[in-house]
Amino acid sequence: MRFDAVVVGAGPAGSAAALELARAGHSVALVERGPYPGAKNVYGGVVYGRILDELLPGWWERLPVQRWITRRSTMLLTGAQALTVDFRTQDWGRPPYNGATAFRAELDAWLADQAVDAGAVLVPSTVVTGLRRDGGGRVTGVTTDRPDGDLTAGIVIACDGVNSFLAKEAGLYEQDPEHVTLGVKETLALPRAAIEERFGVSGLDGVDIEILGCTGDIPGGGFLYTNLDSLSVGVVLALPGLAAAKIRPEEVIAGLKRHPAIAPLVRGGELLEYSAHLIPEGGYRHLPRLVGDGLLVAGDAAALCLAAGIWLEGVNFALGSGMYAGRAAAAALAAGDTSARGLAGYRRMLAGSFVLADHRKLRRVPDLVLSRRVQRQYPGMICDVVQGLFTVDNPRPKPGLRRLLRQSARAHGIRRRDLLRDGLVGLRSFG
Amino acid sequence: MSYGEISFEDRMSTVDFRVGGRAHIEVDSEVCRSCTTKACVHACPANLFVPTADGGILFNYEQCFECGTCYLVCNGAGAIRWSYPDGGHGVAFRRG
Repeated sequence: MRFDAVVVGAGPAGSAAALELARAGHSVALVERGPYPGAKNVYGGVVYGRILDELLPGWWERLPVQRWITRRSTMLLTGAQALTVDFRTQDWGRPPYNGATAFRAELDAWLADQAVDAGAVLVPSTVVTGLRRDGGGRVTGVTTDRPDGDLTAGIVIACDGVNSFLAKEAGLYEQDPEHVTLGVKETLALPRAAIEERFGVSGLDGVDIEILGCTGDIPGGGFLYTNLDSLSVGVVLALPGLAAAKIRPEEVIAGLKRHPAIAPLVRGGELLEYSAHLIPEGGYRHLPRLVGDGLLVAGDAAALCLAAGIWLEGVNFALGSGMYAGRAAAAALAAGDTSARGLAGYRRMLAGSFVLADHRKLRRVPDLVLSRRVQRQYPGMICDVVQGLFTVDNPRPKPGLRRLLRQSARAHGIRRRDLLRDGLVGLRSFG
Repeated sequence: MSYGEISFEDRMSTVDFRVGGRAHIEVDSEVCRSCTTKACVHACPANLFVPTADGGILFNYEQCFECGTCYLVCNGAGAIRWSYPDGGHGVAFRRG
């Protein structure tokens, strides 16, 4: 079978690419190894839909949303302490909205439906087993595990996820465990009324809690999100730390759920589904090459997940990179040049948008967030400062903030030099 | 069922698997016998890898999340070979 383009993987990147190609009038196969789009996909639980304004205007009327995030909390935990920065705005609970919780089986299936409605051919339950190439090494299609199921195409777009066998086969990607994390998640059933009471929300409003200091000796973080009548709670663990720690991933979740700040929120929640997935967290400095002869790479396959502390985003980067890949592919097909040179517009479009601009700006943050100081020292130092601030220690007079900071830094073995240096990285990245 | 007390078997029973006939994981137990860390045993979120008395590794592929953790944490070059299950088979998440 011949198509103008074959898109591998019907996740957000693949569906966005297929949608743009189909809209440009090209024949496109969207090949998915799962029985339905989203079957193989797991994320924390929040999608930011702004890029969909460009791709699917009015998306918020139709996207299968669980809750709209109107409240965002960032928590620092130690064994018995918790410091929360909590923000809410009702602006995010009405059009044009900001972020929403959604299940991937519903979200990804809906996105694939949009590509199919535009004319793409969805081919589910089919594994792409490799690339077909001509004598010059140029990609000319894919092989699949279907009998006589090889597909010929002018261009292949690999949106085949974090383990992208296609990007590796093409020599574009050396997957390095140092820059991969494992996300494990529990979805817990909880009645709507209980969620509204515990999290202080009503209607379809929802809460997003990001947590630092809950993963013990393993660099990582935790999350807790509200769905309509369930919670998503889990942790993200750096693979080298996990490999060395001799503790099982679900035990780290159990520890988070036992924390006095978290336990009252998840109490009684019955496990609906346990899930796990890898996350490419290396950021800008560890991106694969994105373009080959007859080949583009997008989404997790291009390692385009933003893991920058206060910002944890992936689906929007998949949608954005997939959209630009689809446009670049359509332009290359129209111009009759799908070589790497003919496809170079892809990288330019990414660099001119949030996709690479955010990654570039925040290139120093992934290492900082997973550093020993941010993981093991700063949460305790900051919590101790706040505890000192609010502990009334009469008859002693109140201590000054500077003294508390100095004492706490010393107690946690933090050198002023490191504190300044990390502060500077933070300023340069977030400032 | 309250959290924290759930058995691993019950935990895995919440996940839908469409088990195929072909094992998509291959382990070379010869290599495993010389491995001192056996990181796969603790790291695999589905707990698929079990050390055997003779120093090897026993595994099953039926309840695999297809995440890739095992081969990335494996320090014995090539001890774990991993691909995707056949099309339509394997894990089918509903609330991922």
